[in-house]
Amino acid sequence: MLNIQKIRQDFPILNEVINGKPLVYFDNAATTQKPTPVLEALMGYYGHTNANIHRGIHHLAEKATADFEASRHKIRSFLNAQLWEEIIFTYGTTDGINLVAQTYGRKFLKAGDEILISAMEHHSNIVPWQMLCEENGCVLRIIPINDEGELLMDEYEKMLSERTKLVSVVHVSNSLGTINPVAEIIQKAHAVGAKVLIDGAQATSHIDIDVQALDCDFYVFSLHKLYGPTGMGVLYGKKALLDAMPPYRGGGEMIKEVTFDKTTYNELPYKFEAGTPNIADVVAAKTAVEYIENLGKANVAAYEHELLEYATEALQSIDGLRLVGTAKEKISVNSFVMDGIHHQDVGVILDQQGIAIRTGHHCTQPLMHRLGLAGTSRASFAVYNTKEEIDKLVVGLHRVKKMLG
Amino acid sequence: MTINQIQDELVEEFELFDDWEGRYEYIIDLGKKLKPLQEAQKTEDNIIKGCQSRVWLDAHLKENKLFFEADSDAIIVKGLVNMLVKVLSGHPPEEIAKADLYFMQRIGLQQHLAQTRSNGLASMVKQMKNYAVAFQATEQ
Repeated sequence: MLNIQKIRQDFPILNEVINGKPLVYFDNAATTQKPTPVLEALMGYYGHTNANIHRGIHHLAEKATADFEASRHKIRSFLNAQLWEEIIFTYGTTDGINLVAQTYGRKFLKAGDEILISAMEHHSNIVPWQMLCEENGCVLRIIPINDEGELLMDEYEKMLSERTKLVSVVHVSNSLGTINPVAEIIQKAHAVGAKVLIDGAQATSHIDIDVQALDCDFYVFSLHKLYGPTGMGVLYGKKALLDAMPPYRGGGEMIKEVTFDKTTYNELPYKFEAGTPNIADVVAAKTAVEYIENLGKANVAAYEHELLEYATEALQSIDGLRLVGTAKEKISVNSFVMDGIHHQDVGVILDQQGIAIRTGHHCTQPLMHRLGLAGTSRASFAVYNTKEEIDKLVVGLHRVKKMLG
Repeated sequence: MTINQIQDELVEEFELFDDWEGRYEYIIDLGKKLKPLQEAQKTEDNIIKGCQSRVWLDAHLKENKLFFEADSDAIIVKGLVNMLVKVLSGHPPEEIAKADLYFMQRIGLQQHLAQTRSNGLASMVKQMKNYAVAFQATEQ
């Protein structure tokens, strides 16, 4: 059993007072708050270690390099990847998808090849592929969903053919919370010879990830949704694929030897890490991963599921409120709409009561269009949230209704 | 009344409320009272897209005074839009162009002007000023 009150003490921001009320932070799908050990890792890096990595021979440079690479090894084990070289540091999920589109996509996809994405994708897993399609004439096809927000797997199977070269789907929907059956998606795609990228932005803080068991070709996520720093993410890719991909950005660190006639490139993972990386955030990412590992992902998932069930029941008791996204397999995200009340008004009135939720289209405009909505209000829960806070949300929503209904 | 006199009057009205609920109920009420735009005025040209809510703004010049009509699909934004229209509509373009809008700050609503991507209000103010500058140019 997790001691939630003790966990809350690890997150100093939860003591903030917003508009005269104690903060209730329910915007965790956008970004999670950071525990003290992560903040201390950042301070510690800048206070005691800061140096540029992989180059200097002085003590600090060696220490910084060791800490930076220790983070890569930690993330390898966190994902259960086979090799540390398969862990590429990026600026975030979006950056990782763009890297794959601009390197794997440009080299291996050609006119007429099909890329499958789903109807519930974040813009980050739509636009990079559209850009690629415009450039090389490959075709983007959309796996449909039902009204509950679940993928239509029969339709997916029918779409697969020898033309399918890449399937890029979200592990967990940011707008709806749906957990997609990614193992099955990967297996079926591989059966027709297609590669698979999984967008794990919303998954890694809630679900155990084992890239070898999944057998995915690429897995991308951001640390800031995993109690870690912003501006830092990971691209996992199978070594054979990463080796075959050309470099993405040119510059320092990614080279072996440079002359004005010809440059040879460095090996994995450095081939894809041009320039001075985000060293401090990479170092602190290790602490974030250790933090959640110490809590135990299974414990976290069980507690968050309890919060989800509690919130689902509580929200459904509000007259005129309709939940959006009622998949059987969900993480702790509740999207909803209220009769006759614009989602932005919901957000503003809750904010006055110190309650932070997300409102709008959640960067999934095509999904909102499919569901016939302009947007939703979304409350998303993390391990430090409580049932008492959900009660405050319900009281807050009753006030929204009183003022705006 | 001048633009600043109207602003001062709004600030005074809001001083009557001692809590956020009173303030927001008043804004919501202003939203409900704003005369909605005709559907024909809700054109692509008149739309100011925010990330979350939409604002429509239409303007016309009459006897050297610039008049605004506006609307929004979210009621709180509509209330704020009403306040901006109250303050700026019906004045000569040159006065609108150089107006210093301080009332949102004084009332404590400046965060609504800062969230440029979420509600389009900051873009609306800019657009109102653009109209004023453009009409000033046609006058000369």
